[in-house]
Amino acid sequence: MKNENLYKYILGIADNSLILGQRMGELCGHGPSLETDIACTNISLDLFGQVRSYYQYAAKITGDGRTEDDIAMLRKEREYVNVLLVEQPNRDFAYTIGRQFLFDVYHYMFLAQLQKSHDVTLSAIAAKCIKEVSYHKRFSSDWIKRLGDGTQESRAKMQDAINGLWTYTDELFHMTDADTAMIKEGISVDVSTLKENYYQQVKSILEEAILEVPESKWFQKGGKQGIHTEHLGYLLSDLQYMQRTYPNMEW
Amino acid sequence: MSDKKNWPLWEVFVRSKNGLEHRHFGSLHAADADMALENARDVYTRRNEGVSIWVVESKDITASNPENNGELFEPAQDKVYRHPTFYDLPDEVKHM
Amino acid sequence: MSEEQIKNLEEQFEARIARDEKIEPKDWMPEKYRKTHIRQMSQHAHSEIVGMLPEGNWITRAPSLRRKVALLAKVQDEAGHGLYLYSACETLGISRDELYEQLHTGKAKYSSIFNYPTVTWADMGAIGWLVDGAAIINQVPLCNTSFGPYARAMIRVCKEESFHQRQGYEIMIKLASGTPEQKEMAQDALNRWWWPSLMMLGPTDAESIHTEQSMKWKLKRKSNDDLRQQFIDQTVPQADLIGLTVPDANLKWNEETGHYDFGEIDWDEFWQVVKGHGPCNKERMNARVGAWERGEWVRDAAMAHAEKKQNRKDKQAV
Repeated sequence: MKNENLYKYILGIADNSLILGQRMGELCGHGPSLETDIACTNISLDLFGQVRSYYQYAAKITGDGRTEDDIAMLRKEREYVNVLLVEQPNRDFAYTIGRQFLFDVYHYMFLAQLQKSHDVTLSAIAAKCIKEVSYHKRFSSDWIKRLGDGTQESRAKMQDAINGLWTYTDELFHMTDADTAMIKEGISVDVSTLKENYYQQVKSILEEAILEVPESKWFQKGGKQGIHTEHLGYLLSDLQYMQRTYPNMEW
Repeated sequence: MSDKKNWPLWEVFVRSKNGLEHRHFGSLHAADADMALENARDVYTRRNEGVSIWVVESKDITASNPENNGELFEPAQDKVYRHPTFYDLPDEVKHM
Repeated sequence: MSEEQIKNLEEQFEARIARDEKIEPKDWMPEKYRKTHIRQMSQHAHSEIVGMLPEGNWITRAPSLRRKVALLAKVQDEAGHGLYLYSACETLGISRDELYEQLHTGKAKYSSIFNYPTVTWADMGAIGWLVDGAAIINQVPLCNTSFGPYARAMIRVCKEESFHQRQGYEIMIKLASGTPEQKEMAQDALNRWWWPSLMMLGPTDAESIHTEQSMKWKLKRKSNDDLRQQFIDQTVPQADLIGLTVPDANLKWNEETGHYDFGEIDWDEFWQVVKGHGPCNKERMNARVGAWERGEWVRDAAMAHAEKKQNRKDKQAV
């Protein structure tokens, strides 16, 4: 493939939205209130919309007739390069909100930079997505505050979720080979530069929510290299079920 | 039923586009005004229906009582002089 | 109020409806009108909410991204429709929490069809095509019903639902024109959903208890049997068009009546499911009650937070 690095770079962005969208979609029909259910589905729909734009572009780059669905549903587990954070399961609503929040803050900062990419398709996608993500960030931040500064029970649950998810945050700022290669062409975002600002923003919301900022410096990594937590395999067996069971058919 | 507090009911008003008034779209539940606005956006503008939203807690609306409709609204029925057709003009005056 | 006064009011009330005037929540209304409306509207709302589950079952497994977003949007619409209908109920002085309580304790009913399992992807097609098709036949006339909030909710619902049936039929077209395996999947889904869809339009007129009063209040414009006939007449040609066979050996076009004749419906099965012994009654209720109970601490937290925020605001104002 001529543009191998660009292809890989797009997957690195899109896989995050795919896996997070899938997790949010699991909740549809099971949310804590009708209104919240509808809101979470909107987030899932936004993410899948983004995924389609990215994968359609990636499919075009391969030039071998691959489709968005081939890319989304027919790779092996080790070929998905999403961060570990987004594949964490919906243990309870605090985990759902915590995962969303910790990703949204990053996602917004990332898209703000991607808008400046020299790749016009990517910068156009980013410009569209950032409005959606701006709302996601507001939604999840508001819920962090509600649950953190709500009842004793909700604070304990929210704190537990933040503590549990914290270990997956550092990976967001690791550079992959594709990232580095694309920086030279002015296409990719240097995510390592976003780190300081990210933790500042996250801390300020957590403090507003009267939650403690975890002090642990032990972080997990591997998602970007395709080495995932045990949760991803199950998510993929759902996601890929139809394409695997009935290969080469149109739906 | 327990007696603890449930999310109150809010009424949602949406302006479909600039130049039009806000119109009552429906209601929903939310814990506070901020959440009511967000919920209204997610519930009532999924198909691009609006450019501006108002929410007001249902209990804060004062409504007229239909039992008083006679005294409130019927007296206006015979005040025909408030309408332009009440006035006779010569046919030569085409538009006024 | 004396009995005579009430009788007088009732006559005026019926006359208003006969003149096609709308009834609004604060208007005087007979107790029976209020109760019947709460029952029908909440049943309708519950059906939307429980109806999210059989389709929600396939969101994570949809075969393509295009199908996935369409299905997500459709199931989300059902949540919205439940919400509009619960709101319409609430104008009659009953809270959503009370209505949920009725659903969760089994006091309130919902459409029986959602107690059948969705076992293959083709069921997403069959539900959209048949179940939504049957629902539309029921719902369109309700846009003109006598109770204002119900009519307004139904107008919104019908407008939004216009894509639901197409979504389902399109899935079926694709399967029916696909590989033999796909076509078989489509036919199997039609076989399983056809009869429950006919039952969904309600018991035969001879056994239907509420019909006459409901007709007068425009809660119903046509009898169950008429609606069923309409559904069959419009659906059979759609099945023919895509080469699927309606699973009824007695189905035959009748030149004389201008309608299809059809076979006997298994009403024992219908009543079994209505009485709570369908294949998924327990799962559906467990899912609803489970979501509500797991969400309790979340709803409480939001209320507690709202109060704290208000208190802080009040203090600042002093």
